[in-house]
Amino acid sequence: MGDSSDDEYLGMEWIPYSERPEWSDVAPLPQDDGPNPVVSIAYSQKFREVFDYMRAIIACGEKSQRALDLTTDALRLNPANYTVWQYRRDILRELKADLNVELNYLSEVIGQNSKNYQVWHHRRVIVEMLNDASNELELTENALINDGDAKNYHAWQHRQWAIRTFNLYDAELSFVDRLIGEDQRNNSAWNQRFFVIKHYGFSPNLVDQELIYAMNRIRIIKNNESAWNYLVGVIRQSKYGYGLLNNHPAVVEFAEELYQAGNRSPYLMAFLIDLYQEQALQQDISDREQKARKVYGLCDDMSNKHDVIRRKYWQYVANHLKDQLNKSSEQAMA
Amino acid sequence: MYSEDELLFRNFQQLKSYKLDDEKSSTTTSREQQKTETSVEKCFDRFEELQSSHPRLTQFFRLEHQYYLDAMLRRLPSNYECLDSSRPWCVYWILQAAQLLSFNFEDETLDRVVQFLSKCQAPTGGFGGGPGQFAHLAPTYAAVNSLCIIGTKNAYRAINRPTLVQFLFSVRQPDGSFRLHVDGETDVRGAYCAISCAKLLNLPGLVMKELFTGTGDWIAKCQTYEGGFGGAPELEAHGGYTFCGIAGLALLNEAHKCNLKALLHWTLLRQMSYEGGFQGRTNKLVDGCYSFWVGASIPITQATLSGVDKEMEHTLFDVEALQEYILICCQKQNGGLIDKPGKPQDLYHTCYTLSGVSIAQHSESASCPQVLGDTINELLPTHPLFNIPPKSVAAAISHFNNSNDTDFASTSDSTRRGESEQDS
Repeated sequence: MGDSSDDEYLGMEWIPYSERPEWSDVAPLPQDDGPNPVVSIAYSQKFREVFDYMRAIIACGEKSQRALDLTTDALRLNPANYTVWQYRRDILRELKADLNVELNYLSEVIGQNSKNYQVWHHRRVIVEMLNDASNELELTENALINDGDAKNYHAWQHRQWAIRTFNLYDAELSFVDRLIGEDQRNNSAWNQRFFVIKHYGFSPNLVDQELIYAMNRIRIIKNNESAWNYLVGVIRQSKYGYGLLNNHPAVVEFAEELYQAGNRSPYLMAFLIDLYQEQALQQDISDREQKARKVYGLCDDMSNKHDVIRRKYWQYVANHLKDQLNKSSEQAMA
Repeated sequence: MYSEDELLFRNFQQLKSYKLDDEKSSTTTSREQQKTETSVEKCFDRFEELQSSHPRLTQFFRLEHQYYLDAMLRRLPSNYECLDSSRPWCVYWILQAAQLLSFNFEDETLDRVVQFLSKCQAPTGGFGGGPGQFAHLAPTYAAVNSLCIIGTKNAYRAINRPTLVQFLFSVRQPDGSFRLHVDGETDVRGAYCAISCAKLLNLPGLVMKELFTGTGDWIAKCQTYEGGFGGAPELEAHGGYTFCGIAGLALLNEAHKCNLKALLHWTLLRQMSYEGGFQGRTNKLVDGCYSFWVGASIPITQATLSGVDKEMEHTLFDVEALQEYILICCQKQNGGLIDKPGKPQDLYHTCYTLSGVSIAQHSESASCPQVLGDTINELLPTHPLFNIPPKSVAAAISHFNNSNDTDFASTSDSTRRGESEQDS
């Protein structure tokens, strides 16, 4: 919850609207909370006054330069007021304002409110009106890297929109690679990688390349859920290999070697459980038992030692497989 | 009736082995995680040390939370200026948290709440974030939920159903997704809020069909390769949007349109091994509010799977560990609950931490709540799809079943014409 008294930021002393001659023709319109309000906010004097004038202007529908300036003041006090943002857009359209000025203003506002829905939406509408996204990659890069939050959901959402709408995919993989290099645990960057690869399409070459990329990352940090989710996600979503883990022998070998080397990361073990389950359900009856036993053993280890918080889930996974195998052997008998 | 086996606190010394091993590759994520684990560890250590001499530590601070909610319903401090466009939300968070604690406001106070929410209702239909603000789906959801919690004739009557339906059509997009407001952003919150309101107000089948054609398919597109849902297609899987996604699909009876097994796996993976609470995204930090967003998504997903699968009777997440995190790490001495140790209390976290605890206590069995700590910790149940009391859901649906306050067909016809004009 930000501090709304930012006179310092304004760089000048605050003059109340009631003392400004150019506003003397406007009668402020108080908020109508009714006679017995609840959740009444203890507004500062300044907040109350600015919004009293804002309400008056919206009520009479005035769309002028001074109304635009008033929205700037109001939005500085509460950037989450979507009504004021919407009215601001109406003014901009009416005045046929220079939208590049608006973009500069927004870069500043987003710098200070990068976790706010409204500022990003407003940015998107203005970029759409200008039909020019040449500043968007830099803007979101600033929010993700310089502002110190590489997982800012709004920034990624805006970036994806700009890339998709204006076909800006070219340099995205190297941007993502840089962020993953800086923090391999940054799941937002992995998600963005998936977004780009999906756009290119899961060709066999690309899938193999991505599986190698993920495995190389896992070699460095084994217990990194982001990389494991990406690895499994790429396999499951691509038609190549029919979405089956077992059809990617390099990955199977990689995982089994890690396990044999003594690694007991829950993400590795979950992968193996998935893999052996898949094999148990696919293979001939002769191999079934052996694969199923592996699943049961791993599920036990997870429940008792490596992933105790999810013990009920791992027991369920084991029981579910037992049921499925029973059903299919009953069917085979029948 | 209580469970035969008493729920136990975990062994906090053994638990320490589940703290993050950064494998000598320290990154921003691992450092943040370690910082959080250290602050949680302090809470656990203190609890272990003082538990026997201070039985209060195993309790919810009911009186303090009630006092906090009561005071906030009257007046919010000036740092709530940033929520000046979310006042129906503040009302809802207070009413929902209070009802979970079995704390009832006086009838006169509730009448004032109804009057205030009426002031937030927009002439275009739906509710705005405050009096005179444009209609927006999120405060509309909060206002409808609040009025259904209050559940008096007066409260139901405050909702203008015909104009609300017009508003819903005005934010519906041709692909079945929903903008949050006219000229506003589109994400899965919009779809969920619209569906939830439409269901509670028991809109006629034909209107439902017209409003939500394509919506289930659009929501399903928000499911990511990880298994959870993002805010819109291709965005990162996220606890809050995941709740909106699966609750929305379940309410439409279209849960089969997403990959339920992958969803179940992802939601369960969000529970933190050491802290016991939920994170909202892979490799992010624990936050008390996901106790509900993720906590409720799990029984919803299990319920939709159980048609296929008979073994789904028991909740698959660790209901003890979640209650432990909220009880030990998320309570403020002077009332209100929080995201994680070191954060200030606020209404949002107070509502969703307690809602999550209620889910943990009641999702296992209707007759036998799973309550950790003192028996006074038992909260009232909440409906996982709407997050209001199950009896309020039933009462609202039954009330609006009998109300024939409009000719909806003509309403939706005229709006549909508007929509197709926009298309062409």
